[in-house]
Parts: sequence; C-alpha cells; structure tokens
Amino acid sequence: MERNKTATLATIDATSLHYRNLNAQLRDLVAGGTEKIIINNVYGQRYIGTDLNKPVEIEIHGTPGNDLGAFMDGPTVTIYGNAQDGTGNTMNDGRIIVHGRAGDITGLSARGGEIYVRDSVGYRAGIHMKAFGDKMPALVIGSTAQDFVGEYMAGGVLILLGIGLEGNQHKASFIGTGMHGGAIYFRGSIEEHQLGKEVGIAELSGEDRTTLTRLVTKFSRYFNCDAEGILKEKFTKLYPKYLRPYGQLYTY
Amino acid sequence: MKMLVPPKFRVVRDATRCIGCQVCVNQCSFDAHYYDAEDVVVCSRDENCVACHRCATFCPTGALTITRNPLDYRENQNWHREDIEDIWRQAESGGMLLTGMGTDKGYPIYWDHLLLNASQVTNPSIDPLREPMELTTYLGRKPDKVKISPDSLKLETEMAPQVRIDVPVMFSAMSYGAVSLNVHKSLARAATEMGTLWNTGEGGLHPSLYKYGKNTIVQVASGRFGVQPSYLHAARVVEIKIGQGAKPGIGGHLPAEKVSAEVSMTRMIPRGTDALSPAPQHDIYSIEDLTQLIYALKEATNYTKPISVKIAAVHNSAAIASGMVRAGADIIVLDGLRGATGAAPKVIRDNVGIPIELALASVDTRLRQEGIRNQASLVISGGIRNSGDVTKAIALGADAVNIGTAALVALGCHVCQQCHTGKCAWGICTTDLSLTRRINPEIGARRLANLLRGWSLEIKDMLGGMGINAIESLRGNRLHLRGVGLTDTELEILGVRMAGS
Repeated sequence: MERNKTATLATIDATSLHYRNLNAQLRDLVAGGTEKIIINNVYGQRYIGTDLNKPVEIEIHGTPGNDLGAFMDGPTVTIYGNAQDGTGNTMNDGRIIVHGRAGDITGLSARGGEIYVRDSVGYRAGIHMKAFGDKMPALVIGSTAQDFVGEYMAGGVLILLGIGLEGNQHKASFIGTGMHGGAIYFRGSIEEHQLGKEVGIAELSGEDRTTLTRLVTKFSRYFNCDAEGILKEKFTKLYPKYLRPYGQLYTY
Repeated sequence: MKMLVPPKFRVVRDATRCIGCQVCVNQCSFDAHYYDAEDVVVCSRDENCVACHRCATFCPTGALTITRNPLDYRENQNWHREDIEDIWRQAESGGMLLTGMGTDKGYPIYWDHLLLNASQVTNPSIDPLREPMELTTYLGRKPDKVKISPDSLKLETEMAPQVRIDVPVMFSAMSYGAVSLNVHKSLARAATEMGTLWNTGEGGLHPSLYKYGKNTIVQVASGRFGVQPSYLHAARVVEIKIGQGAKPGIGGHLPAEKVSAEVSMTRMIPRGTDALSPAPQHDIYSIEDLTQLIYALKEATNYTKPISVKIAAVHNSAAIASGMVRAGADIIVLDGLRGATGAAPKVIRDNVGIPIELALASVDTRLRQEGIRNQASLVISGGIRNSGDVTKAIALGADAVNIGTAALVALGCHVCQQCHTGKCAWGICTTDLSLTRRINPEIGARRLANLLRGWSLEIKDMLGGMGINAIESLRGNRLHLRGVGLTDTELEILGVRMAGS
C-alpha cells in the first residue's frame, strides 16, 4: 500500500491479497481521509467496497469477485475489467461503473445509487430493486441482459441500451416477471412473449424521457460514446401492469 | 355464487344483561356486531365472528358468549367439517387457502412426552431462592480450544463476537407490517429490560427503534426489505432468513392491506402493492453461496457481529445445519413445524416440515458427531409454550429458544388465526392505525417482561431441582430427560431413554 502524502491518493497492489485484508486496508484508508484509491492486480477478491460509507473514488484494475459493492453506501467504484455475480447487491448509495460485462443478479435489491455496465449482464439483473422518496436506484446496461431481468422490481430504473445487439433483438425471456414498481426502458426489439405476465408496454412520457436522458448522458460520459445518437433512436417503456400481481392468488 | 360455508361460531347475547352500549360494535374489527338503529338493538353477524373474544372480554356486563356453531354435519370419519368447508371456499374462489399462526393440526408434541429429572438423596437439589442460579447464555461461535497466557493470565485466543443474553429466551422474528409498530416497540423494550434479544423479522427496522439496536437481531431475507448499512450497524446480531417453520420453502406476500405509509417507507416499496418476498434468496442457491452472503455481511459489519442463519426444520436439517456451520454461521436457528406466521398457504403450514424436537435432537447430535457443535450456537423455535418446553429444549441441545406465538399471547393474542386478514381486533397483527392503538407499548413491554421473569423463576426452580446451578450444565444433557409413550425409533432420534430405564 502506497499513500501519496500531498494528495489523498493511495494505491494497493492486490496480488495474493485476501479480500479480508484488502477490505481492511480500504476501511483504514477511507477512515484516514483518502479520497481516491487505485487497486491493481485484482484477481477475484470478493466484497470490494462493502462497508464503505463515504463518497470516495475506487479504481479497480483486474477482475473483482462476487458481491462487489454489496451494501455499499457512497463510493464510486470504476472497474477496468469484468464484474462477477452480485455486483451492487443491496447497495444503498454510490456508483459502480463497469468497463466490461457484469454477471448474474447485478443490482440485486439495490435501494439507491447507480450501476453502469458497458456491455451485457447475466441472469436476473435488477431483481427486486426498490425505491422510496429520493432514493431511486438506476441500472444502465450498455447492451443486453439474460432472462428474468427486472424480476420482482419494486422500484428504480433499469435501462437496456441494446448497443451492438445482434439483429437488434434482445434475447431475454421472462422480462419483469413479478414486477410491481419502477420502470424498464429499452432500445432494440423485444417480442411480447419475452415479457413476464405482469408487464405492460408503453411509450415514454416526458418524465421518462428526462430520466432516460439524464442516465444515458452519464453512461456516455463514462464510456465515451454518443449520447445523442443513442437517444435519437426509439426507446420503449415496460411498466408493472398491476400493483398487486399476486393479489388474486388467495382465498381467506 | 351462493356461499355454502356456514358460520363457524355463534355469538350468544344474553338479553337480560345487554345494555346496548355498543362496546362490542366498536371493538369488533370483523363486523360481527352491529347496531340496528331502527329497532334500537345490538345484533350479530355470526358469519363474521372469528372467536377472538375481543367483544366478550370488553363487554361491561358480561353479556356475550362465543360458542361453536352447533350446526352438525352427518357423522363421517373421513370427511370432517374443515375438509368440506375448505373445498367450498376454494370452489367459490379458485385460490389458495390462506391462514395465519402455526398449524392447528394434531401433530405430536414431543415436549409432552419428555420428562425432566430431579435430585433425590444421592445428590442435593439446590434452592434457587438462596443460592445463585445462572441463566446467562453466550451466543456465537466458540473456539475449539482456548489459550491463556501463563504470564499475564490473559486470553490469547481470538474470540469470535459473543452476545450475552440473561435469559435463554428471545423473541422470534416478526416483521413490521405483519405485526404493528407498537408490537415491535413492546418487544424491543421488553428485550432491553430483560437483557435478551428481539428480532425485526424481514420488514426492516422503523427509524424510532434504532435506539434498541443493542438488543436487536436484524433480518436479511429474500426481499431485503429495509436492509441498509445503518440497519446492519445498529444490530447486535444479523440474521439471514432462509426459511420459516410455518412455510418452509416458500416466500411471503405481505398483503397490500397491511402496507401502510410507514410500512411502505420502512420496506421501500410503493403503497398499495403487496410486499413480495421471493421463495429463495437469489444470491443463495447453494451452501457455497450461503458462505458468500454470510461473509458479505461479516465484511459489511467488519466482523463485529455474529451472523445467524435461520432455516425451517425439514427432513434433512441435520446435513443442512452441518453445511451452515461450515459456511460460517455463528448462530443457527431452527424453526419447527408448529412455528407460526402472519400469513401462509394453509396447505404448506399444515403439511410441510418436521417437529422441532426431532430436528433439534438430530441437528445437535450430528454437529456433535462431526465435532463442530461449538462452532455455532443453536437456537430453536416453533411451538414453545412454557418454561417446561424451554428447559427440555436446552436439555435436548439448544442454546436458547425463540418465542413468537407465546409473546403475542402475552400481549393479548387469542390465537384466532386471522393474522393474514390484517384485521386483528387485539391490535397485534395489523397495521390499521385505529387497531394498533389497542397495544400500549409500555403495558405490552411489562406483560412480556413479566412473562420472561416468571419463566426465569421456573427454569431456575427446575435447574435447582436437578441439582444444577447453571443453564450451561443442562445444555445437551439428555440424561436429564426421559421419554414416555414414545417408540424406540423416536427415543433413538431424541437420544433419550425410556422413563423407568
């Protein structure tokens, strides 16, 4: 661990470092007032950034392990590489920017903050994201997602930009199954049979447009692409048709 | 469609006593009483009565009696009233039958087939009124051996976080939304007063209750409601909920009727929606994944708190429990077949899982055989009714027990099994503000603390009778138990000998 004394920048070489030691170092650095931490040679260490609650910047070079930023509360984590499963699991606040792809259950139960993934994500991305008041998590995916994206969504915004999509066609099935809050915006085409039973299709409202523009502009800034070009094309909104998707299941 | 189900109960109003004060009308949240202004008389709708006795308790003249509706079907050993009426209900609605509380079926209660020992002649019993008796229990992972420095006599072994409870009885997980905020307040205050723990359940922790964090277990369940860093940091113990005895293997739907403004805020879900807890936690599909979440939570709390994992008692609990301990759980909680719920499909509640006594015995035995029993504390729940059950559970191998139904009964619950309707007339299992006022947290806390105080005295008496002065000496001490009316197989699984042998 090297700490730059004048600026509040630190560098960690994560070679052969157990996640417990890595996270302990992060905790110490952040408690000591370090504002930016660069972690090099990351090879699958889990839980990076968990238990950090300040808006520090963390740069990861390599491949972080599962549960990156789980329960995280404020930092901005940029990954130059792919993220694995559970990225942003139950995250409360902060930002995760993945210059690559992310695995399954990206953004599971996120309660706030933003996740940007340049390429695609695995299964069940954005499952059970929530929102309340000014806490409004966002998951922006550059390309596409696998099955059950947006499952059980109770709030927040999920965007599929469809960049580089083969035949312009998303392949996920069961999109938004059990969705009862929040919104999914997508570019590219999705057939009706790919949607969960609880999801409706709509045109974007002015308010939807504002949200979309704000998030796509940020996405483009992070990954250096043409926001206007993306936003020019047609986006469609998926919304929960029912507040109570399973309200009719029971008899008293 | 003509509803075929007849009233289950009959409200009997003694006209010579009724003074027409309408207390019953105001108290009944199921609309079983109404005032007929034309005839100036209070009347009943028997079909709405659930036998919660709220009206009978509060009737100032004792004019009300609730009885079973004597409408008898033709005798039949195969088709009972419940079977027939359940079919009618489903034929009329096409839905799953929903219910509340623990199963009301007559599965064996093994506590009632286990008897405790007492000292006679060969060793003296202890009088707990005069001699110190120790009920203190420490929950958390214990080391395989401890090393003490010969010079400083200080402990050299690094200990995992331990939580001290002064009485081996905690309050079961009951979520805010399933029960009211005033119930949570009552539980939190009582736990604080008695030096034990209460459990938030999976609905998050209301902001006003963070101050009770030192006596709080917070749950992380599949819905992840209210799980945020401050919630994890506030707690004494963090519990991963995999399952619950009343509904093993399935998730939960808190009906929208119970999602009030405050519940919506605490759970972070829109008002008017059902709070949906998926059946699995979608980051746990294996024991390895459980390890991952356990360590995610240890990282998130910087290894300062024990992580508990709660499962429903099912057929292969012993093997699962072994995996859980090896996965890093510091406390494992087993919830048995008779465990209760705020709402569950009746068919699941009444047919899935195994009795807690058998699960406890087999898990404790298995962990001992594998030499890892010390690595986790074992807490059980699901039908603990009195201090006798508690003492037998500890002799059978538990470190502590959780009580849910017993705690609610202490608050006034009459076990009418209407929790899922959100209309609880006793103001317990509801979020309707006009009903939740019926629980005063101060009185509630006193009732709960009184119950624990009474049980503590009784447990000390039983211990003293056995010649034991610390609950630790009873834990897993199955020689202090004998079975009656049990088969050889049952005795073998329970690891106890037949009474008289």
